[in-house]
Amino acid sequence: MLEVRNVTAGYAHFTALWDVSLRVDAGEAVAVVGPNGAGKTTLLRVISGVIPPRSGGLAFEGRSLAGRPAHEIVAHGIAHVPEGRRLFPALTVADNLKMGAFLPRARRAYGESLERVYALFPVLAERRQQRAGSLSGAEQQMLALGRALMSRPKLILLDEPSMGLAPVMVLRVFDLIRKVRAEGYTILVVEQNVRQVLKLVDRAYLLEVGRIKMEGRADELSEQEFVRKAYVGL
Amino acid sequence: MDLSLAPMGERDHEMIEPIFLAEAAVNGILLGGVLALLALGLNLIFGVLDIVWIAYVDLVMLCMYVVYFLVMVYGWPVWLGGLGGLAFGVLLGIAVHLLIITPILSSPPINQLLATGGLLFFIQSFATFLWTTDHRSVRLTLPIIEVGGMFLSFARLVAFVLSILAVIGLYLFLTRTFIGTAIRAVSQDRGAMALMGASPQRVYIVTSAVGGAMAGIAGALLSIQYSVHPYFGAAFGPITFMICVLGGLGNMVGAFVAAFILSEIISIGGVIWSTEMGYVIAFVIFIVMMFLRPGGIFARRE
Repeated sequence: MLEVRNVTAGYAHFTALWDVSLRVDAGEAVAVVGPNGAGKTTLLRVISGVIPPRSGGLAFEGRSLAGRPAHEIVAHGIAHVPEGRRLFPALTVADNLKMGAFLPRARRAYGESLERVYALFPVLAERRQQRAGSLSGAEQQMLALGRALMSRPKLILLDEPSMGLAPVMVLRVFDLIRKVRAEGYTILVVEQNVRQVLKLVDRAYLLEVGRIKMEGRADELSEQEFVRKAYVGL
Repeated sequence: MDLSLAPMGERDHEMIEPIFLAEAAVNGILLGGVLALLALGLNLIFGVLDIVWIAYVDLVMLCMYVVYFLVMVYGWPVWLGGLGGLAFGVLLGIAVHLLIITPILSSPPINQLLATGGLLFFIQSFATFLWTTDHRSVRLTLPIIEVGGMFLSFARLVAFVLSILAVIGLYLFLTRTFIGTAIRAVSQDRGAMALMGASPQRVYIVTSAVGGAMAGIAGALLSIQYSVHPYFGAAFGPITFMICVLGGLGNMVGAFVAAFILSEIISIGGVIWSTEMGYVIAFVIFIVMMFLRPGGIFARRE
C-alpha cells in the first residue's frame, strides 16, 4: 500500500533521514521505533508531505506522491496525526472533527463519519461543545485520532501517540489505537514506547540516527534485543 | 492657578445637560458599528496570515471612491453603488493578496510591514494624482430624526444597522461554514490545517476576499456619512489599528468590544470637551491599557 524507497530528507543544514526504505501493506499495523532524534518524526513528515524528500521515492497504492504538498496527500487517503496532536485548541471538539472532514470527499460523508467517530469514542460525543484545549491529554489524543478518521483515510500515520501522557494514560491511548485498528484501518505508528507498541503491531522497523537498522515481525523480534537497541543503541 | 485648563474652561462639563451625554453615547454606539467592521476585517486577515495590512483603511478609501463615482457620476442608486463598493472590495482584497502578500509570505515581518506600508503611500499618492485632494461626498438628503429629545442622523443609524448585520453575517460565516471554520482553525495552527486537506493559499484567498468585503461594506457605509479624499485612511487608520491592538490582535470578540469602548470615549469626550480631546483621551487610555494588558483586553493570562 505504502512504499518508501531510499528516501533521504532533512531540514536546511541537517540531514535527518539517510536512504530509508520501508513498506506498509494494506491492513497491517507497522511501527517505527527508535531513540529520540532518530528521524522518526521526519519520516512521517516526508510521507504526509509536510517536507519534501531530497531524494528517493514515495508511492501510495502505486501512485508516486514524492514532493506533493500535504493538502494533496491527505486527499489520497493518508491521514497524519502529528507530534503533539496539533488540535485547534480554541475550536470545539465538534469543530475539530468537522475540520477533519474538510476534504470534499470526506465532507459528503460528514454526518456518517461523525456518527462512527462518536460511536468509537463516546467521550467525544459528550464533550462535543467543549473547547479542544480543555480536554485531558488522553482525550486530546482521542480527538486527534477521531479527527484523522473524519478524513476517511486508508492509512493513518501516528506520531508518538503516547508522548507527554502519564503511564496510566499511555495504556489507555494504546487501547484507543487498538480500537481504531479493529475498524480495519492500516496504521503506521512511530513510538518511543517500544514494549507497548510491539504488542500492537504486526511488523516493526528500528530507526537509528536516520537509518533503518533492523526490521521484522513484531512477534519474532526478540523483544529484549529490540528494546535494548531502540533505547541504548547497542 | 487654573491657567492650564483655561482654554477649555469656557465649557464647564458640569453644565452639560444629560440629554447631550445620552445623545453622545448613542452616537458613540452608532460610530462603533462601522469601526467594528473595519477592525474585524483587519483582524481577520491578521489572525490568519500574521500580516497587518497597513493599507487596509486606504483600501476602504478606494471603495468609497468607487461608491462615489457609481452614484454621483454614473447615477446608480445608492444601494446599488454600495453593492458595487462591496464587490470592488472583494476583488481588491484578492488582488492585494495575490500581488503583494503572496510574494512576501515567508519574508521577515519588517519587510511585510514595509510592503503593506508602501502600498498605503502608493494608494494615497495615486488617489491624489487621479482625483486631486478634493473632498467628494455622496449627496444624500437623509433626515435627522428625533428620538426622545436626541437628534440622530438617519445615515448613521442606517450605517450602524447594516454594520451590525455585516458583523452577524461574518460571525455566521466563521462559525457555520466549513471554510469559515477552517479560517479560524488556520489562525490557530496553519500546518495542522494543511494536514486536514486545506490548501493554505486557498484559505488565504478566501480570508482576503472576506477582509476585502468588510472593507467594501465599511467603505459604502462611510461614504454616506463622510466625504472621501485621498487622506481618508490617515483619519480612520490609526483608530482602526488601536481597536485591533486593544482587543488583542487576531481576537475577533476583543476587536468588536474595543470598537465600542473607543468610539464611546471619542464621542462622549467630544461632547464634554472637544473632538480632539476625545481622541487624546482615547489614545491615553490606549497607551495605559498597553502597559496593563499588552495582549489586549481579552488576553488570557497564561
